[in-house]
This record gives sequence, structure tokens and C-alpha cells, in this order.
Amino acid sequence: MEVNAARALAGAKTCFVGIGLPSTAANLARATLNPGLVLIYESGTIGSKPTRLPLSIGDGELAETADAVVPVPEMFNYWLQGGRIDFGFLGAAQVDRFANINTTVVDRGPDRPEGRLPGAGGAPEIAANCRQVLMVLRHSPRNFVAKLDFVTTLGHGTGPHDRARLGMRGAGPVAVITDLGILRPDPDTAELTLTDLHPGITVEQVRKATGWELRTAAELRTTPSPTEAELTALRTLKSAGKKAS
Amino acid sequence: MAEIRTLHDAVADLVHDGDTVAMEGFTHLIPYAAAHEVIRQSITDLTLVRMTPDVIYDQLIGAGLVKKLVFSWGGNPGVGSLHRFRDAVENGWPRPLELDEHSHAGMANRYVAGASRLPFAVLRGYRGSDLATRTDTVSTVMCPFTGEELAAVAALNPDVTVIHAQQADPDGNVQMWGLTGVQKEAVLAADRVLVTVEEIVDSLVPRPGGVVLPGWVIDAVAVVPGGAHPSYASGYSVRDNDFYQAWDPVSRDREKFTKWLEETVS
Repeated sequence: MEVNAARALAGAKTCFVGIGLPSTAANLARATLNPGLVLIYESGTIGSKPTRLPLSIGDGELAETADAVVPVPEMFNYWLQGGRIDFGFLGAAQVDRFANINTTVVDRGPDRPEGRLPGAGGAPEIAANCRQVLMVLRHSPRNFVAKLDFVTTLGHGTGPHDRARLGMRGAGPVAVITDLGILRPDPDTAELTLTDLHPGITVEQVRKATGWELRTAAELRTTPSPTEAELTALRTLKSAGKKAS
Repeated sequence: MAEIRTLHDAVADLVHDGDTVAMEGFTHLIPYAAAHEVIRQSITDLTLVRMTPDVIYDQLIGAGLVKKLVFSWGGNPGVGSLHRFRDAVENGWPRPLELDEHSHAGMANRYVAGASRLPFAVLRGYRGSDLATRTDTVSTVMCPFTGEELAAVAALNPDVTVIHAQQADPDGNVQMWGLTGVQKEAVLAADRVLVTVEEIVDSLVPRPGGVVLPGWVIDAVAVVPGGAHPSYASGYSVRDNDFYQAWDPVSRDREKFTKWLEETVS
């Protein structure tokens, strides 16, 4: 999953990075096929070059290795809203068939209070203003739901025209990379469609892990297995992170 | 003009029951020691404001001192949930917690409006998000020049802002550097300002990217070396990542948390 997420950044110049899996993938991309990738974290760092995985978006290493450290209002207003960033890379608690994201609350049934999630953070405006958005999360029926309990961050709304109607500039989510495969929005309907399977994974497995009737592309691709170089780079980043903590 | 004061006296004079208080810090320079002084003095019914409430707000909420939280992302960075925050929101323990919830871009702009002494700020934000349905501090305005509909967010003007910085000089001028987050805006938006610092130096030497806050926008400076721990002060300390990991099991359990609070903060 991390390796495929990193590969999705092959042609990217700049990436606004969320912590967790997106950060792992973006750092792996820098360590392998895209050493010039400019990593941008919402804490204010532009062009961070960490040698280990940061443990939070405010990790000191991100600031010490950055080309520039800017105040948070500047980050959101000039750099993100200013439309200067290619890719936004997000995780999610829940995602629906149009790649809308919930990270706010989950409904736990009539007799229980809403379950509390961390909240929006930078995601609504990252998804609105970056030219393209990638998402990475584990694939399960809890995460891939037919209906979101709350829309924190708009992906494609209810179809292909919602983003334009709302005046959103970027293309929105272009790929959702999971531990089972890759889903991409259908060009006509904007609905997430299974386009790639990781080696050894079946369509049936992905369908079982998806909370709606998942469509599949006419021609399913298989993602290439991780190379030795990719696995070594990933291990190095992870073990350096552990040592530092 | 800033007075150099003890932490105890500065908190007692500047923070009152029922205040709206911002203790800012974006992972870096979080004013833990000052927040613990608020807990020791049992200053209560607070509306707490911060973009990224983390462990210290978890502690204030668990201590029962908070009635409302204004925020955009509440978690233990790199670890997981804030369990005292969740317990208060989901179960009302130790008291119910009212929320005013935003995105980061919205919160940053609310501080900018507050510092600019404007009633609101404008951004391209919240589009397609349900967030606006749960708050009365997000609305829309029409651009008078292009007709575009934009999000408007109400200004944030805390009664008190508390931050931690690296250095002050004897006149109470303050300098901070590294990740400086939204602290400058939070300071300039507030009626009263307390800054805790690592040390007082004879004179401030300008740092690349450093933010200087003149003493005349600050009410009190208190010298508290290590006052950001388990957060960090660039140039003085590193983040205590083990503490953030260890907080998770403590905060999951009401009894463990209460014992921790009594033993550690009191």
C-alpha cells in the first residue's frame, strides 16, 4: 500500500502531506523515484527533507530540513488557497463511493452517542485547492461505507458536476490507494471504481471489504510487486523513525 | 508593557473563571506549564480555543475546567485519540463539552480577523462540508467585485492568549523561532497576553524566521525553563515522543487519569 501510494507521486512537483500513511508514502517517494518532490506540511514547513519518518506534523526534523518555515495562516492562505500545490495527500476514517471523507463523527446507533473523531484539520481546503488529491487508507467495510455519517471533506459530492457547481478549482480525488488495490473515479460518473488489484488479491476480497456495490473497470490491472529497492527504502525510513523516538 | 512575573501570579491575575483562553502552539512551543498552573488554581468554566487541541487540552477537559472547545483538529499527534476529550463529548464526563468546530484554514483566518480587529475573515473554504451546519461562526458573503460566494468566519478574540517562547529580554520583548504556527495572530487578537519563556537574555539576537513580539503587546512574561514539555522548544529541547505514547493508556481510564492529575499537577 505504501509503495503504491509512493508511486502515485512519480510525476508530482509539490505535495501537501497529511500525517500517517500519506506522510510515509510521500517520504518514500522522495527516497525512491522522486527525490526532488517538495513536501509541504500544514505546520508551516515547505520543502522538508527528513531522513526518517516524522512522528507528527510538527516534528522538529521537518522544520530543520525545510527550505522555508512559514506561519500557519500564510500556509493556508498563500500556498494552499493560492493554488500553488500539485497534490494533496490525505487519509480518512470513512470514505464513500464518491470519495467524500468523514473525519468528524460516526453514528453508533440509536442508543449511543456519536463516536468522536479528531475533526477536519486541513483536509476540506486541501481537497478543494490542490490540483489533484490522493488518498490512502486500509480497506474495510467500516472505512468504505455506503453513506457517510458526516461529510467533513468533499471529494466528488454526488457526481461529476458537484465540484464545478461549488466553484472548487482542483480535480479532487484521483486515486484511493488501499492495502487491497486502487480505486479511481469513473470519468463519466465520478464513482470510485476498482482499477488495480495488488498481487494475490481477488475482486471478491475487495468487494467484501467495500460497503457498497463496487464497480470494477473493464480491464483490471495488477500493481507491480514492490521492488527490493522500494522495500529497503521503506524499512530504512521506518527504522530511522523508531530510533529517533 | 510586559512585566516579568512568577507563573503563579501571572496566571492568577490574567486568567479568570469563564474566560475564553487560547493556548496556542502547533506541536512546537505548547504552553504546558502555564496550563498546569491553570489546573492548580482551578480556574474554571473556560472556553478553550486552539487549532490543534492535544494532550494539554485533554488534561484541562478531564480536570472539568472547560465548558466549550473551539478547534479544528483534536487528537494526540502521531498516537491517536484524545480520550478525555472524547469522554466529555460522548458521555459528558466530567461535564458536557460544547463544541465550535472548524477547519484549520477557517481557524487560522478567524485569528487573522481577530488580530486585524475585523469582524470576520473571508476564504474559499468549507465548500461541500457539513461543518457549517453545526456552527454559527461560519457563513457566506458575496464578493462585491466578482459576485463569487465565499466563506466568512467570525473573528476570534480571546480574553487571554497564553504562549511559550524561547527568549525574552529584561524589558519583556519576546522572540520565538522554528514552527511559529498561529501564535502571533493569537497574541494580537487577545485582550490579555501571557508568555512563558525558556530564559531571559540581555538582548534578543534576531533569528532567521524569528517572530518578535514587542513587550508592549504583552502583559506578563514568566520564566519557565522546559515550560513546553512534553512539547518542545527548538534550540532548547526536543519533543518527548515517549510521553505522548504513554499518555494514551493514562487518558483512556478515568481513574488512572484522575490519579495522574493528582500526583503530577497538584
